[in-house]
Amino acid sequence: MAGEQKIRRTADMLPPVVAPQYTVGSVSDKISEIVLTKKTPRPWYFGVALTMVISLMLFNAIGYLLLKGVGIWGVDVPVAWGFAIVNFVWWIGIGHAGTLISAILLLLKQEWRTSINRFAEAMTLFAVACAGMFPLLHLGRPWVFYWLFPYPDTMGLWPQWRSPLVWDVFAVSTYATVSLLFWYVGLIPDLATLRDKAQNGIAKVVYGIMSLGWRGSAIHWHRYEIAYLLLGGLATPLVVSVHSIVGMDFAGGIVPGWHSTIFPPYFVAGAIFSGFAMVATLTIPLRKWYGLEGIITIRHLDNMGKIMLATGLIVAYGYAMEVFIGYYSDNTYEWFMTTNRMFGPYAWAYWMLIFCNIITPITLWSRKVRTTPIVLFVISIIINIGMWMERYVIVITSLHRDFLPSSWGMYAGTQWDWMTYLGTLGFFALCLILFIRVLPMISMFEMRQLVSQYREDAGTSAQVALQED
Amino acid sequence: MSTSHKVHGLMAEFSDGDELLAATRRAYEAGYRQMDAYTPFPIHGLAEAIGFRHSRLPLIVLLGGLTGTATAFLLQWYPAVIDYPVNIGGRPLNSWPAFVPIMFELTVLFASFAAVLGMIGLNGLPKPYHPVFNVERFQLASKDRFFLCIQSNDPKFDLTQTRQFLEDQRPHEVAEVAP
Repeated sequence: MAGEQKIRRTADMLPPVVAPQYTVGSVSDKISEIVLTKKTPRPWYFGVALTMVISLMLFNAIGYLLLKGVGIWGVDVPVAWGFAIVNFVWWIGIGHAGTLISAILLLLKQEWRTSINRFAEAMTLFAVACAGMFPLLHLGRPWVFYWLFPYPDTMGLWPQWRSPLVWDVFAVSTYATVSLLFWYVGLIPDLATLRDKAQNGIAKVVYGIMSLGWRGSAIHWHRYEIAYLLLGGLATPLVVSVHSIVGMDFAGGIVPGWHSTIFPPYFVAGAIFSGFAMVATLTIPLRKWYGLEGIITIRHLDNMGKIMLATGLIVAYGYAMEVFIGYYSDNTYEWFMTTNRMFGPYAWAYWMLIFCNIITPITLWSRKVRTTPIVLFVISIIINIGMWMERYVIVITSLHRDFLPSSWGMYAGTQWDWMTYLGTLGFFALCLILFIRVLPMISMFEMRQLVSQYREDAGTSAQVALQED
Repeated sequence: MSTSHKVHGLMAEFSDGDELLAATRRAYEAGYRQMDAYTPFPIHGLAEAIGFRHSRLPLIVLLGGLTGTATAFLLQWYPAVIDYPVNIGGRPLNSWPAFVPIMFELTVLFASFAAVLGMIGLNGLPKPYHPVFNVERFQLASKDRFFLCIQSNDPKFDLTQTRQFLEDQRPHEVAEVAP
């Protein structure tokens, strides 16, 4: 009993999930006015212009690749999986936080997810779009990508069903589709709100069509909640399976440094780690620019910091186990790979990842660090870099020196590799910037529900608050 | 009572979800069955108060998921065993454990489509036109107002009596819904 009271007291001390001044009506106004305003903020145009230029660089790099072939990249024997696979794993990992926030936290009834789930789901979609580009471009002949899918072709061939690479095709395409469905279902009631509030005739028609004529009927809501919960239940194991299969892409190979049973769980933890870092990187400036501090509160930053800390520790355990198994296996090649990573030509990459992913997140133990937006923002960027370095270390150091010294080699990305990678960052940002202008970046109907619950809990009846405005 | 044929129903507006829920329960007790409530966010117990018992949606999702599992198994089993058998060191052709990841993925894919399309289909969406939108203030149903509509196809519906019943629930306003 006393323990319970203590827990309650600590919970009361936490910053609120939503600022107390918001009502059911005003929270809708606040979120929808960002979309429905006639006055587009000037920095928005600047953002579009900048990210458009970077996206053009990406299209240019892709165009030249289609013309010349993958020879323009740094990939060669022995390192045939270069930037493309590093970037693929990095982007798909970033996407995973969106599904985690929308699905797993939904099932766990973590109400703080409401302020960030829509945005994180959009981030997932755009990250998966960026991720999907890389394996396709890496095919060499991207225009025959459909050979990956099973269909009765004239060559009489089928995909190799026992290969994780084929599983990956199914996993990533299912993941992209289900993420899109989840996101759209979440949007339907909000699109109806925009339809009802829009002054512009064209906007009204477009939002009207997209909302499918949603009218908020009690029976519709009943089915809607069932569908939403089931989607959450389906997406949760899906997200785990996707990055496990990405881990198996590596673990299925016999290369030392890849051939490891720890890969699937360690990849999933790494994905959530980097994904939350990206959510923090994006939401911290956004809440500031759009004045959403009352909706995405310090509590959210604190919680995201805690999740980064927890998943960071799992990742650290993964690194420690890799070193331990390298030693304990008593296998020459495993141990050579381990020492080569730490002290070989790519030691700088290894120690950089240790610094970014293990040393830096230690600071997240401090509540002060987690609740200071600017500090958390810097840490999140360091983690993003660290997770990219992790994939770089896994892909490149494992391949560049395997069994035979005669087949060793070095690898470095070319300007085209960098242009493609940085280009996807611009493309990702462009998609997000367009998204926040035309769709509500926070789920309005879930915020209304949250605010109404809070008002009832606080003892002020929602009725009083509603009549005020 | 020729007027009752010219309206879709009568709609009462409330400013609070709890008031709406109470009014809906009383309407059900009063014998009204053909009615619907409209809210800006889901309110638990409201669908039950209208008389809605259970949804077939979970069953549809289960069937969708099982279809996905079966599709994925056949998709892999047929090429691996019948159409293009490859003998790899005498290992079994029907190596079903290796088929599990894709079976899982397609289960999720099909079940998700079943959930979304099932929800949209059972709800009768997309429906671009619906009489309730004829009420001027109904656009607030997607913001912060709560509505109860008793439809004219209810056997107990009577324009004056039903209006009186709704007025007794102390709503913000009662409006006729043009068909």
